[in-house]
Amino acid sequence: MKKLLLILPLLACVIAIQVVCSSTDTLYYLTQMTMSAYYSLLIIGLCVLMGYAGQISLGHAGFFAIGGYISAGLTTHSLIPFKDNALVQFLDSSGLLLAGQTLYGEELLVVSPGLACAVAIIAAAVIAVFIGIPVLKLKGHYLAMATLGFGIIIYRVVLAVEYFGEADGISEVPAFPLFAGLSVSGSFGDRVSNYYIAWGILLLGLILLLNLIDSRVGRGLRGIHGSEEAADAMGVHTARFKLQTFVLSAVFAAVAGVFLTHYNGGIGPSEAGVMKSVRYVAIVAVGGMANLWGALLMGVVLNFLSLRGVFGSYDDAVFGLILIVIMLFAPNGILSISFRHRLMQLFGKGKQKRDGEA
Amino acid sequence: MALLEIKQLHKRFGGLHAVTDVSFPVEAGQIKAVIGPNGAGKTTLFNMISGTFPATSGSVFFQGKELQGKKPYQVAALGMARTYQNIKMFSGMTALENVMVGCHVQSSAGFMASMFRMPWTWKEELAIRDRSMELLTLLEIEEHADTDASSLAFGQQRAVELARALAMDPTLLLLDEPAAGLNIYETAEVGRLITKIRDLGITVLLVEHDMSLVMDISDEIVVLCFGEKIAEGLPAAIQKDPEVIKIYLGED
Amino acid sequence: MFDVGRSSFIFLTKMTSELFVQYLLAGITYGSIYAIVAIGFNIIYNTTGIINFAQGEFVMFGGMIAITLLQFMPLPLAIILAVILTMIIGAGIEICFIRWLKAPSVLRLVIITIGISILSREVAVHVWGESIRSLPYFVGNEITSISILGARISPQVLWVVAASGLMFICLGIFFKTTSVGREMRACASNRKAATLCGINTENMVTLSFVLSAGMGALAGCMMSPITYSQYDMGTGLAIKGFTVAILGGLGSSGGAVAAGLLLGVIEAFSVSVVPLAFQDAIAIAILLIILFIRPQGLFGSKEASALKEF
Ligand SMILES: Nc1ncnc2c1ncn2[C@@H]1O[C@H](COP(=O)(O)OP(=O)(O)OP(=O)(O)O)[C@@H](O)[C@H]1O
Ligand SMILES: [Mg+2]
Repeated sequence: MKKLLLILPLLACVIAIQVVCSSTDTLYYLTQMTMSAYYSLLIIGLCVLMGYAGQISLGHAGFFAIGGYISAGLTTHSLIPFKDNALVQFLDSSGLLLAGQTLYGEELLVVSPGLACAVAIIAAAVIAVFIGIPVLKLKGHYLAMATLGFGIIIYRVVLAVEYFGEADGISEVPAFPLFAGLSVSGSFGDRVSNYYIAWGILLLGLILLLNLIDSRVGRGLRGIHGSEEAADAMGVHTARFKLQTFVLSAVFAAVAGVFLTHYNGGIGPSEAGVMKSVRYVAIVAVGGMANLWGALLMGVVLNFLSLRGVFGSYDDAVFGLILIVIMLFAPNGILSISFRHRLMQLFGKGKQKRDGEA
Repeated sequence: MALLEIKQLHKRFGGLHAVTDVSFPVEAGQIKAVIGPNGAGKTTLFNMISGTFPATSGSVFFQGKELQGKKPYQVAALGMARTYQNIKMFSGMTALENVMVGCHVQSSAGFMASMFRMPWTWKEELAIRDRSMELLTLLEIEEHADTDASSLAFGQQRAVELARALAMDPTLLLLDEPAAGLNIYETAEVGRLITKIRDLGITVLLVEHDMSLVMDISDEIVVLCFGEKIAEGLPAAIQKDPEVIKIYLGED
Repeated sequence: MFDVGRSSFIFLTKMTSELFVQYLLAGITYGSIYAIVAIGFNIIYNTTGIINFAQGEFVMFGGMIAITLLQFMPLPLAIILAVILTMIIGAGIEICFIRWLKAPSVLRLVIITIGISILSREVAVHVWGESIRSLPYFVGNEITSISILGARISPQVLWVVAASGLMFICLGIFFKTTSVGREMRACASNRKAATLCGINTENMVTLSFVLSAGMGALAGCMMSPITYSQYDMGTGLAIKGFTVAILGGLGSSGGAVAAGLLLGVIEAFSVSVVPLAFQDAIAIAILLIILFIRPQGLFGSKEASALKEF
């Protein structure tokens, strides 16, 4: 509970940023802050998987893409050709489809964003279960390669399948109306409300994960990371916990994918690329693996800078460099105690025993 | 039937027979010790009993249930707890949290309940915390409750590990060299503690190199050598057993 | 690229013997390259227990450097110099990023080598750009072909296969007969014991990076005329090389050759049944399946892999 109170200053910051941006006429910053928030949602989910359950995933961009692409595909591809299909008719009569018109005045019938979002997230969860059961039996390099392989397959699929728009991706994705007139969309008028929607979702996700970590399940997970053998002998069903965490993080990634896609009005194959997955891992590593706050902070800051184009054509290089430098000098993140010790060491304050990580 | 019944247990690592046809019972309420020179297969025996890895052949019955094929977490749920020869702390967690993990089998909050902090988990959480604190107090390390467990002194880590095992409220407790690396005072303390644990009604199976400790507290002793059981009996009888004497004198 | 069998009907209806040989040779060519990449993985894995995720970048560097050098010198010299430069890069990477870490965790090493791979790629894209380049054919040009068993193939194929075979044999001789090779093997089987025997294991690790970089670079030069070189070719090759290394049993060179040829041939024949876009997915699917059902590889024994620290 005490830890949750830290949410309040964060919330204050979020509001302060909006107020400052609105009053200084720099609302465009909010756009990148919104996008950063969605990426950070994925990152805190990955943080729990990597830092607490101790499982690396080099394929999380894949889950993001599964969420985004399915939602985009369902809300843009017309179902008119399948009008006579029983399922389509059933969905239509239940009000789960939306009728409309294309730019050229053709009749259009698509899945409503709500249903599409649900389908996308469930699909990501189901795929995570099927991938996770075999993959999570692996360790170390094997796990890294297997998840990397999964990510590449998803990338190939979105690049090769016509439904997903091949190299162009999917555009013209409609807004996603939530409730009370709020809607996830990139239109100028909705900038401020979308900023709050994104941050609301991120903070909600953060609270859920903070709760999880400080609970029976969370202790079990951290135990797995500390010593899998001992956790197992304490009665922690390690395999199931790892799988559940994997699925949870996949769902976070998919939610991020769905919302960001509706916000941007489209999604392209680069979102599924290996570099994206590596970038997420890098950010979690900088934040300190087992440090949700660190992951959140780094997720927002680094994504914001990257989206602002600060790194220019060195975008990927910056993340590669971050990855190496952090892993070489501060494997527990730049906020960690041992890193501070090492800094002190540099200035000759006696030898600190290097703490071994699992 | 005895609480724990080990029957013709056998373990091979490649060409190495680490444990060969070992059988013995552990009666409820006793302290039973397994001794033997380095590499005799004691830890391997523990690992098979607790399900860390499967036996090559043979079987283990705990409370009449066959354990073969059961995973460690399933064995733990049946009421068996253990400690490790080279301590396995949950690093990055406080001493208190380490012990709280021990309460895992006694509690039930799942993923969803934990994430959404269901009201019924509050009470469970409090109970876990109280019980863990109690155990730390029992082992006299309560002042280190909020210290990172892996930064504690060696003896304190042993205590945390023991508290963690006790938190599982086990019927049977497996202790792998609980006095290794401790000085004589601490060793004597551990001896008293183990007796106290037995008096609480917990059966103890113990591996230990410290002979005086073993002779002091155990009700029965099994001697392993090169994976085989060469003697079993009361401490007094073991002390006089010519074969055991040969091994220990021949070794030192 | 091998322009074989884009039309799937040929395979399904009548597979002529020429076509069969054509597929087979294509498979063997690619397979030899995969095998070389896999052996590169194995050399480093054996001495350090590290899977070097930047393995594919060595191949890329080899090809790219040779292409650049070609402007100033004849082809053979350019290739030799490119291999040597890549070996220096390999040594540099090990010395800067790996050598001084004390007992690093697997996760940490995985992430470091991934970082190295990304940095290498970024260096390449800023030096050479995104364009696709290639070395010229060693003999003749694109349309020169020789006939084997009725199939017409480029002589470059023979270069690739011969160079790979030669590398494999030389490596075997190096490890079996030279004292440095024997020291490296000692280091591989038991690092601690090797240290106690006075072998400088740290240098052995550097040497393993050098060797594996050199092999990768040579493979990169051999394949460049037929598969082209590009800054981002590394990841795909690394995944395939890793698949082959796993398939053949991690650490086993003979296994890597067999598995490499197997994967190459499977890929070549699958061209006729699987859409081209999913070519890479085949290797990955094989990788995933193997990891799930037989992580010790097709030829490895279970006991042996159980003892490895994974
Ligand atoms: N996982 C393993 N793989 C291969 N061999 C093993 C393994 N575990 C133990 N051994 C071998 O089995 C034999 C018995 O080891 P074990 O650890 O059970 O001995 P121990 O009686 O506990 O010795 P100590 O008193 O030193 O703790 C030893 O020769 C050891 O090298
Ligand atoms: Mg032992």
